[in-house]
Amino acid sequence: MTTAHAEAADGTLPHEPEKATLEGRNKVLAFWLFLGGEAVLFGTLFATFLALRNQTNEGPSAAELFHLPLVAAATLLLLVSSLTSVFAIQAMHRGNVAQLRNWLLVTVLLGLAFLILEIYEFSVYVRHEEFGMTTSAFSSAFYTLVGFHGAHVAFGILWIAVLIGQLLHKGLTVVTAPKIYVSAMYWHFIDVVWVFIFTVVYLLGKVG
Amino acid sequence: MDWITTVDHKKIAILYLWAGGLFFGIGGLEAILIRIQLIKPMNTFLDAQTFNELITMHGTTMIFLGVMPVIFALMNAVIPLQIGARDVAFPFLNSLGFWTFLFGGLLLNLSWVMGGAPDAGWTAYTPLSGKGYSASHGVDFYTIGLQIAGLGTLIGGINFLATIITMRAPGMSFMRMPMFAWATFITSAIILFAFPAVTVGLVLLTFDRILDANFFDVAGGGNPVLWQHIFWIFGHPEVYILILPAFGIISEVIPTFSRKRLFGYSSMVFATILIAFLGFMVWAHHMFTTGLGPVANALFSVSTMLIAVPTGIKIFNWLFTMWGGQVRFTTPNLFAAGFIPTFTMGGVTGVMLASAPADFQFHDTYFVVAHFHYVIVGGLVLGLFAGLHYWWPKMFGRMLSESLGKWTFWTFIIGFHLTFFVQHFLGLMGMQRRVFTYLPNQQFDTLNLVSTVGAFLMGVGMIIFLVNVFLTSRRPADAPDDPWEDGRTLEWTIPSPPPEYNFKQTPLVRGLDAFWKEKMAGHKGMTPAEPVGPIHMPSATILPFLMSVGIFIAGLGFMFSRDEFSSSIMSFLFNNYIVTALGLLITFGSMLMRSLFDDHGWHIEPEELEGR
Repeated sequence: MTTAHAEAADGTLPHEPEKATLEGRNKVLAFWLFLGGEAVLFGTLFATFLALRNQTNEGPSAAELFHLPLVAAATLLLLVSSLTSVFAIQAMHRGNVAQLRNWLLVTVLLGLAFLILEIYEFSVYVRHEEFGMTTSAFSSAFYTLVGFHGAHVAFGILWIAVLIGQLLHKGLTVVTAPKIYVSAMYWHFIDVVWVFIFTVVYLLGKVG
Repeated sequence: MDWITTVDHKKIAILYLWAGGLFFGIGGLEAILIRIQLIKPMNTFLDAQTFNELITMHGTTMIFLGVMPVIFALMNAVIPLQIGARDVAFPFLNSLGFWTFLFGGLLLNLSWVMGGAPDAGWTAYTPLSGKGYSASHGVDFYTIGLQIAGLGTLIGGINFLATIITMRAPGMSFMRMPMFAWATFITSAIILFAFPAVTVGLVLLTFDRILDANFFDVAGGGNPVLWQHIFWIFGHPEVYILILPAFGIISEVIPTFSRKRLFGYSSMVFATILIAFLGFMVWAHHMFTTGLGPVANALFSVSTMLIAVPTGIKIFNWLFTMWGGQVRFTTPNLFAAGFIPTFTMGGVTGVMLASAPADFQFHDTYFVVAHFHYVIVGGLVLGLFAGLHYWWPKMFGRMLSESLGKWTFWTFIIGFHLTFFVQHFLGLMGMQRRVFTYLPNQQFDTLNLVSTVGAFLMGVGMIIFLVNVFLTSRRPADAPDDPWEDGRTLEWTIPSPPPEYNFKQTPLVRGLDAFWKEKMAGHKGMTPAEPVGPIHMPSATILPFLMSVGIFIAGLGFMFSRDEFSSSIMSFLFNNYIVTALGLLITFGSMLMRSLFDDHGWHIEPEELEGR
């Protein structure tokens, strides 16, 4: 802990500023562990969904409901946002704060676009298809799984937005770098979860 | 105020101990009430509804709010010391974990005064826990209270994992780590992979009850057995979350008081890992009678019995450690020695229950009640008593009275066996669990009376322990660094209680049982691994407390969001989710504060260290 906030002696940042201090390394490690727990969380939600996906209770079924072009567009947005967050981390490793900020901003905007598409999708289901939380076990499982992911996206957007603010305020230091790195890990994770949702919920729903 | 804002792991340990002790007392009183009701046939001391609430709250309180916090208290008090660290990896999160646990527990227990406690059993099986059978807010208190408390446990688990991975003193490889640290490490890993499952389960049940979702409602296409799978895939590993720390404590106490190193250290480590792994594989043995079919039953039966192998390795290693040692029966070692046969009996009935055809007979009888109380009380609680008596001087700087400690041991263990040994036979004779009374002349009468008398004797043991704690707290804090004189691990190298920075200089570890190794080499203390320098300390903060208050308010708000209130202001506040939003605002606001204002901490300078 003694070197927790120490800067490099000549004032420049090390190549991987997120791992320069014990605190930073701890943060990255603990976040990997946290993602392990999150994997179990989503695993349980997926298991629940798979168990109940055909229990439509005379409500709409997946095949009747889903509109793949919309979902594909949302998927594209989210996948690209994962790429832009990689660009952000690469910019951080080069020490280019302006590029880091811009790529983070693009990531947030893409995430926001994804979220808007998802809200639109849900509102169509609720208004025009009479497919709400209470309709069937399938609907409950669908909204819970996809909604949990959506809530994660929303949290990620807020989080990265705060980090951008912090970056403008404090600059890139060995304190802010681990936070940015960890938020990028989080963002990749929710991206991976979405790939599973796209496959298990939407594709399997259409053809399975 | 100091206690609300502290981020020091030793103070958080004491907070966990008091809060856990408080809930333990509540759970114990509930147990006594249950036993009074069952003292004779057709008793009218309690009605059926109250009895259901009592058994539900007794189980829930004891597991989640009683023993787990006391485990966390010992882990917090000991782990950084045992691995030679100045603190845990995330002091802020450590504090947050405590406060979420406390507010979750408070929310759960508010149910007693706010319209009915949960009444569906501690497993909250659907449809019993659904709105159809449990219309009061009781189960809502259960789902939301446990959700908040569970958050604290998960945070604590991640914190210990990171602490043990990155903050061990120089020279302390994993295979030189004390067994209690190993147990904490593995326990935390189980927490990490088991708790998110129950998080989801509780969310689904909450949605069923408050948002009218259909997860477990057959009429809407749901499936009640799904709840059992989700609950037990968390709930079975939970058993090992509870018992592995006890194993760790026993593995510390027995070598110390036998003046011998732990027999088969590496086999102990691998047995611990194996138990954790198998613990995840066997959840459906709780569900043999739900109709999974013979193939599934056979597989889960065999995998369950396999756990007896690593557990047996542990039992024999403890016996071999004592064998030929210079055994001293101090209070901690009495509890440790009492643990071994008692826990073994619980393990043996576990193998009996693991046999699916036999389980069809034992299911939902007092045989099961006897089995799990042998494991959890006869195993874990005896282990915790051993640990508390063992580490009390390190935590508080005062030795507990040995003679009162021995009184505690004998009254508690005799009371325990009186209470639960006879329940095996009650179960075999057909007495059902969870039923509030029984008919006379079924040969249940005498054994139930014996059981209740035993429960009171356990209560007497607890009171003697409390008296011991009270009397000890009035004595001067003069415990030596190494009060048992045969301490083997790093915590005994520093003053009792330790200074807030733990180690003035991080010690250099040169073998298993680091302190013992130095003693045998004729050294008085550890060789330092670094020169004396300024020590960086984290600042105290109230934010974790505020975050937990926020979650607590949000939970209450969400729970009552569908209620009809007599006053229009209340309806307005709750039905429009204003209370919920307010709570979340406090929590997220605190998170934002944490994010915007860096905690640079402060330093203790070398001059100050020398001055002490």
